[in-house]
Amino acid sequence: MIAVIDLVARLGRMAIGGVRHAGSMGLFAVRLAWALFPTWTRPRDIVQQVYAAGVLSLVIILVAGGFVGLVLGLQGYNILNKFNANESLGVMVALSLVRELGPVVAALLFAGRAGSAITAEIALMKTTEQLAALEMMAVDPMRRVIGPRFWGALISVPLLASLFSMVGIIGGYLIGVVVLGVDPSSFWGQIAEQMDPWEDVGGGALKSLAFGAVIALIAVYEGYEAEPTASGMARATTQTVVLSSLAVLGLDFVMTAFMFGA
Amino acid sequence: MTVTETVSSSDADAMIRLEGVSFSRGAQAIFSDIDLTVPRGKVTVVLGPSGTGKTTLLRLVGGQVRASRGRVLVDGVDVGKARRRALYALRRRMGVLFQNGALFTDLTVGENVAFPLHAHSRLDRELIDRIVLFKLEAVGLRAARDKYPAELSGGMARRAALARAMALDPALMLYDEPFAGQDPVSMGVLLRLIRRLNDALGLTSVVVTHDVKEAMSIADRVVVLAGGRIIGSGTPDEVLAQREGEPALAQFLDGAPDGPLTAGSESASMGEALGLEGRS
Repeated sequence: MIAVIDLVARLGRMAIGGVRHAGSMGLFAVRLAWALFPTWTRPRDIVQQVYAAGVLSLVIILVAGGFVGLVLGLQGYNILNKFNANESLGVMVALSLVRELGPVVAALLFAGRAGSAITAEIALMKTTEQLAALEMMAVDPMRRVIGPRFWGALISVPLLASLFSMVGIIGGYLIGVVVLGVDPSSFWGQIAEQMDPWEDVGGGALKSLAFGAVIALIAVYEGYEAEPTASGMARATTQTVVLSSLAVLGLDFVMTAFMFGA
Repeated sequence: MTVTETVSSSDADAMIRLEGVSFSRGAQAIFSDIDLTVPRGKVTVVLGPSGTGKTTLLRLVGGQVRASRGRVLVDGVDVGKARRRALYALRRRMGVLFQNGALFTDLTVGENVAFPLHAHSRLDRELIDRIVLFKLEAVGLRAARDKYPAELSGGMARRAALARAMALDPALMLYDEPFAGQDPVSMGVLLRLIRRLNDALGLTSVVVTHDVKEAMSIADRVVVLAGGRIIGSGTPDEVLAQREGEPALAQFLDGAPDGPLTAGSESASMGEALGLEGRS
């Protein structure tokens, strides 16, 4: 009996904790929103963050995209070949990448590579009182530190996702056309014919933009609200990766249901 | 015995005034009903054992936290009620030396000192460079201009942060534990700097510390905090004279292990903590 009550109490505590977390993130988002446009008065700060978050994530994104494309090409060829439909390999690879894998996998990799770095950097600045120092110099850290990092992530994710998809399609081409002998003109022709620039490409872009916003918000929030200790920083970075990965996957389902659903 | 403010309390002489200020963190009361005046142009040292909220006092003055009751007036501005614009305008006239310097780790010393100048002035680069050199010269760090904070010793980092805090020629300097972790020489350097800068530039300085002897040597006024209230205030000599009626003050000034102040917050007896109480 006590164990049951204990369980209920623990569940309740978790629920309250979750609601409180969400509420405080909401309040933070409102404060951040006020700072987002003033951040553009210093475009250099944003460019720097696009470099730190985006350009430095290029290697992992390109390599991962290449491998995913190779695997898609291989698996797709084996399946399609059973139905004598291997000329559809191109469109299958391209659609999978542009609609789903590009935005989702790029976002997951970004959360691990750059989201965690953003959180750690902000948390360290908080721990070493650099954020407080900015405040006391009458410089708003929301505009100077948080805003540029948010924009950096938001801008980087869609660009990285599209590069991921491009490299992936090239990977599919290498396996399908160069190695397995699919006809190149039908590989590209079917892509051109069957892919809808608005629905497919636009939908994928919209997804990755949303993922970028979610990861950016979680990463800066967790850093800003991190407990200013070594273990607090560690927890915050972990939290960023876990929360943003789950958020990306959950949001992906919801957006897919709305955009491509029945 | 309660200690009352002895210095004239007319607003013109007071840079900072705390009127009936209470502040609590969660259920724990840090200050209860504190009155305090920091006179203009003087070095005021706030002493007290660790954990008595000396740093919180500076945060109240800087508007980083707000009092739960009472008013905090800095240069006539009610910090607790000030809107952001007014607060930021006030902070531009305030320099803060943080406990560990809080230098921006990705900027060089020179860029750190230039930061507030770039943020708040439209001066051209060459002019800012020249001001930075002057500031660094004032703290004896001209040679370290192109070094990164990680390459500096603790004392140098503290002085670099001091140069940054003074970049905008503040009227009020707040020092948060400036001597913590300093060797005797760099402590002496810092002490002399605080005093000299205050007098040469006509600043008002507030130094929060628990190094009694050193701080007393440069103080015009001393305020001793313990247990959320002021247990002594006045000139150093006055404070030394007040110890008679205030055992906590005497214990703190002498650094005596026994007395009303405890080093930790030991409330339960050891036996109770071990679960032995009431068993035998």
